[in-house]
Amino acid sequence: MAPDHGSFGLGALICALMLICPAASIRPISDAHRSAALELFVPVDGLFPSLEETYHALRTFLILGVGETSEINRATCPVVLEKLKSPSSSPKGFYDALRVNSILGCQIGSETLEDVASQLRDLIKGADSLMDFYYSVIGLLHVKGQGVSAVLSDAQGVFHSIKALSQSDGRWRFDSNNAESSTHAAGIALEALAGVVSLADGEVDQSKIGIVKHDIVKLFDSIKSYDDGTLYFHEKHIDGSEYEGPLATTASVVRGVASFAAVVSGKLNIPGDKIFGIAKFLLTIGVPGISKDFFNQIDSLSYIENNRISIPLILSLPSTVLSLTTKDQLKVEVTTVFGSAAPPLTVNLVQTSTSEVKNTPTVENQELQFDQENNIHYLDIVPLKIDIGKYTLKFEISLHDPENLNIYATGGRMQYLVFLTGYVKVDNPQIGVLDTDGESSASLVKLDFSKLDKVSLVANHLQKMRLSFQLVTPLGHTFKPHQVYIKLRHEGRVEHIFQLESSARQYKIQLDFLALLEQIYYLSGRYEIELAIGDAAMENSFLHILGHIDLTLPDPPEKVSRPPPQSVDRYSRFGPKQEILHIFRTPEKRPPKELSFTFLGFTLLPLGGFLIGLLTLGVNLKGFPSSSLPALSSILFHAGIAATLLLYGLFWLKFDLFTTLKLLGLLGVFLVFTGHRTLSYLASTSTKTKTN
Amino acid sequence: MAKSSSSDAQALIRSLRSAYAATPTKLKIIDLYVVYAITTAVIQIVYMGIVGSFPFNSFLSGILSCVGTAVLAVCLRIQVNKENKEFKDLSPERAFADFVLCNLVLHLVIMNFLG
Repeated sequence: MAPDHGSFGLGALICALMLICPAASIRPISDAHRSAALELFVPVDGLFPSLEETYHALRTFLILGVGETSEINRATCPVVLEKLKSPSSSPKGFYDALRVNSILGCQIGSETLEDVASQLRDLIKGADSLMDFYYSVIGLLHVKGQGVSAVLSDAQGVFHSIKALSQSDGRWRFDSNNAESSTHAAGIALEALAGVVSLADGEVDQSKIGIVKHDIVKLFDSIKSYDDGTLYFHEKHIDGSEYEGPLATTASVVRGVASFAAVVSGKLNIPGDKIFGIAKFLLTIGVPGISKDFFNQIDSLSYIENNRISIPLILSLPSTVLSLTTKDQLKVEVTTVFGSAAPPLTVNLVQTSTSEVKNTPTVENQELQFDQENNIHYLDIVPLKIDIGKYTLKFEISLHDPENLNIYATGGRMQYLVFLTGYVKVDNPQIGVLDTDGESSASLVKLDFSKLDKVSLVANHLQKMRLSFQLVTPLGHTFKPHQVYIKLRHEGRVEHIFQLESSARQYKIQLDFLALLEQIYYLSGRYEIELAIGDAAMENSFLHILGHIDLTLPDPPEKVSRPPPQSVDRYSRFGPKQEILHIFRTPEKRPPKELSFTFLGFTLLPLGGFLIGLLTLGVNLKGFPSSSLPALSSILFHAGIAATLLLYGLFWLKFDLFTTLKLLGLLGVFLVFTGHRTLSYLASTSTKTKTN
Repeated sequence: MAKSSSSDAQALIRSLRSAYAATPTKLKIIDLYVVYAITTAVIQIVYMGIVGSFPFNSFLSGILSCVGTAVLAVCLRIQVNKENKEFKDLSPERAFADFVLCNLVLHLVIMNFLG
């Protein structure tokens, strides 16, 4: 057993390394993108958080042909105007405002624009970093686009300054102080150089342009790829704060290269496959969820759609699951990245291959027919006699017009994974009980799945149960599905699952109950038999109850394990839990109320005794001051003490310590004053009597 | 012998009583107050003896209030007594003010502890 597993594992590894993984079907930009754009870019009262985001939204809406811009126009134009008129705008400010304006078309006076143009020209003269050049040049380009004449007088010098920041590997630096080069900067620089060439009043030196073309080719040498053939650009040095992901970097390079190719004469020496790989990268992202990523994807795809190097043609499959039962056709669409029509071409199904069934013939070199109305290439698969299963289809596009080869990129051979499904028949199913010696005690019963009859079998521990059948595909071949199981369930609780073995022609299982005694916990009784057959290529995967078998098993010996506890209903853990009985300390025995009240009375008796004693002693109030002010303070003093004692009573009954202390503080101050007054008066009178 | 001892005891008591009668009224009031406080404490102890000491904090609070106020009264008596040379400079009014203040603080604590 072990060597088999080992060799199988090794074989799988080798296969995985050798095969190029077939691609999941990529789709061109569709209505899913359009509705997602409307959901991602939502202005608040017509305004976006910044001019940069406004531009992203407007450009995306423009390319996709969606969105209502009148409210955005109304709210954003004042912001744009203010930005352009402001004397302290930076190059970035002008750039943001001008490119938003190029889409919105706000009413901006030509004087303002000319003023902006002259400011930009001054900024270009004094610029030294790549971003300053970029913002100023592109801003000036937008000004030109709005009808104001904007000409760069020293185009050669500006071209030279931007070019001076380039590196030998095709990347650019952001400024002369920074030694780190960046691919993203390369895209920006190329876009700026394209702008310089369009703004120049004369010809720019062709040799310099040739050097830049050479740099672009070198830049494309550093392109990276994934296994499925997508190509992208990535930064070599990843600086934490300024890190732009592969999407942003690739988008920047695409913009730069496409803009540059559009303004220079002659072709760039970039193979169409690389553009195709980049287009594939941008499309396999699907629908991004972040607005900046969405903008980068759509913007760069729009540059690719109309670029002068080569336009990629995307082959996509609307459906990768084809059914033999409903006689589906294999349908293929060939469009540009935005779904526009492709030039006249033919799609060829070069090869189909499957890793599973070896004896079905693989199809080779089938030409797909073209449906003009729906713009779809199709092929009937039923006449091809392909059986159900998982297939890798290889397609190739051939253009009708050989001149189009220079304009379009077809992407060579493309692989796609397709499922062919169909109805699988169960042939000759038989079930029965056999004796130990292998001969059947009763004849094997034929099952009929369509009739849903249930069989009743009886067996003891010395016998065996046998089930066998054949699985046949629509084309008549033996089929090996992914899952073939039989389940024995004892009285609705304990379940046992067995896998059926497959031989060349049929599936069968023989359950030897003597060997299985311990596995089924020696439980006698009625077992329900269920058969489960399933596969991705089967349209009629099923779980059938075949019947039941009454097993008589001997008593379990002492050491046998009990069946595992059955899992409780999944949702019972959300129901009420068991009642928790708390054990409280038994409360202390309290005395009867009458006893307590009696002693309360007893406690008050000494007070009475005290008062009687006072009377006996002849206590009098002669010392109480008679004149008004001291008398008043005495009365207040005694009242204050009484109030304090009352406060204490209330403290015991309902107040908390904080309230009590607050009130006590007030009363205390009062008591101090009155007490001092009273006692000092008494002291003075007593000294008077003494001296007297 | 027994007779002489009992007569001695009686003579002792008689002399104590006569001496006590000479004490000023103020001091007698204070003594009466102390007796009152202690009696109240004894009654509480008897009650606790009958019903048990639950809740203990209430019992302690009651006892200590009686004992505390008795102690403060004794201090007052010492300070007010004219025959006491130590406290000649302390006026009785000041002693009384201290007595009142200390009692108020004591009873605040007692009330808090009473529960």
